Amino acid sequence: MAKYLLLKHYRGGPTPYVDFGTLDQWKPEEVEAHFQYMRDFAAKLESTGEFVEGLAAAQEGTFVRYDGPGRPPVTDGPFAETKDLIAGWMVIDVDSYERALELAGELSAAPGPGGDPIYEWLELRPVLTEPPTVTE
Amino acid sequence: MNDVLLRELIPAVTAVLVRRGVDFATAEDAVQDALVRALTTWPDDAPRDPKAWLITTAWRKFLDTARSDGARHAREIRIASEPPPGPTDDTGDTLDLYFLCAHPSLSPPAAVALTLRAVGGLTTRQIAEAYLVPEATMAQRISRAKRTISDVRLDTPGDLATVLRVLYLVFNEGYSGEIDLAEEAIRLARQLAAMTDEPEVSGLLALMLLHHARRAARTTPSGSLVPLAQQDRTQWDTEAIAEGVAILQTALARDRLGEYQAQAAIAALHADAQQASQTDWVQIVEWYDELLRITDSPVVRLNRAVAVGEADGAQAGLVALEQVELTVPRRTAVQAYLRERAGEVNSAAHLYAEAARAATNLAERDHLTRQAARLNALLH
Repeated sequence: MAKYLLLKHYRGGPTPYVDFGTLDQWKPEEVEAHFQYMRDFAAKLESTGEFVEGLAAAQEGTFVRYDGPGRPPVTDGPFAETKDLIAGWMVIDVDSYERALELAGELSAAPGPGGDPIYEWLELRPVLTEPPTVTE
Repeated sequence: MNDVLLRELIPAVTAVLVRRGVDFATAEDAVQDALVRALTTWPDDAPRDPKAWLITTAWRKFLDTARSDGARHAREIRIASEPPPGPTDDTGDTLDLYFLCAHPSLSPPAAVALTLRAVGGLTTRQIAEAYLVPEATMAQRISRAKRTISDVRLDTPGDLATVLRVLYLVFNEGYSGEIDLAEEAIRLARQLAAMTDEPEVSGLLALMLLHHARRAARTTPSGSLVPLAQQDRTQWDTEAIAEGVAILQTALARDRLGEYQAQAAIAALHADAQQASQTDWVQIVEWYDELLRITDSPVVRLNRAVAVGEADGAQAGLVALEQVELTVPRRTAVQAYLRERAGEVNSAAHLYAEAARAATNLAERDHLTRQAARLNALLH
């Protein structure tokens, strides 16, 4: 099995395939259908033994860095417009890269306005594992 | 009674229920229930006869389930009222469970999970923890695996090759957790070797023992990988090496070579060298040639190139590497290593950095990054 991180971005990544706007502009039932799709997707992965975790992040975040000894950390943001913004992630544990691609494709088809798939770009990243014992 | 002794009883207890007519999936669930209860109650109140306690507890659990499920299990209730059969064959039944849990119709990860639970006697929580997934996910993986094999009859002759593959995976790709999966794999291989008469089972057991012997030397206290050549060989477990070598020699004497015996032979040659410089690389290359004849695996071809590099020089190693497809994992790392040995430091530094970017595990990525940094420092 291999673990993969599915990253959902509010912004960033390739140019959106369709412009589905932001969720606050959708009809309430469309928003609800979208959320339900996400829940169903996670539940399905749990039943197939492939779900590890999923989390959503708030839309606003702050950049933080060290600023030298004895000084408080420096913060920057939140920004109204940043180049890239992570919306949330899901970790899956699957048999193959092909399976990870298949699931990412399915998650990307979550419904948007009018119930149509939003064709959302998702970022797929392999998670580093423990080293194998036998390597010679 | 410690947990390992408790785990050893699990397959036999499941077999008793199956013999009484309970289907495997139901029996295994009932035994898991009894196991979880044993783990909580035994520390304070250990039974005089642990196996009898497990059988009784699992049996009651099964009866409760069957009654609550009603008519569906009416047949099993009837079985339950019949007296249990006479003397039993624990060995044969445990062996059947190995075959069932590693059935070729299961994906390797499913077979690994089911084997650890039904043969290894681990709880779902322990297996989930070992593979870093939630308990609910692991529970689903196990019940799906059981559904996949629900039509397989326990008396069908099993496929030993898939059993060995599953144990190898447990040993080689296990994570760390409360349960030491390497030791668990060795325990299961040892148990299997006692029940079968097949040199490859011994070969796998020897392979595991010989690699496990190096465990203390394989990483620094902070978790960095130590390559074989740089390991402190005084830290190797001489007892495990002696046992591994003895088991391997007995297996090889039977003249039915297989991939695990050949791999173990390579590990034994490494174990034989007091210092890395004393390694008999010529003989190791010969064993890789044997291994290639048996498996024709690209990974073996890659490892052979490393051995050729040591036996006949880096240039020869690089020539051997040309036979390895570009897509084989760790090929770039090997290329970097051989290039450095050939004196091509600049190219090696680039290749190490490239290999680090493609690494699939953290310890290896960090190791390759250190190599790239070390060479870059020489170049600046």
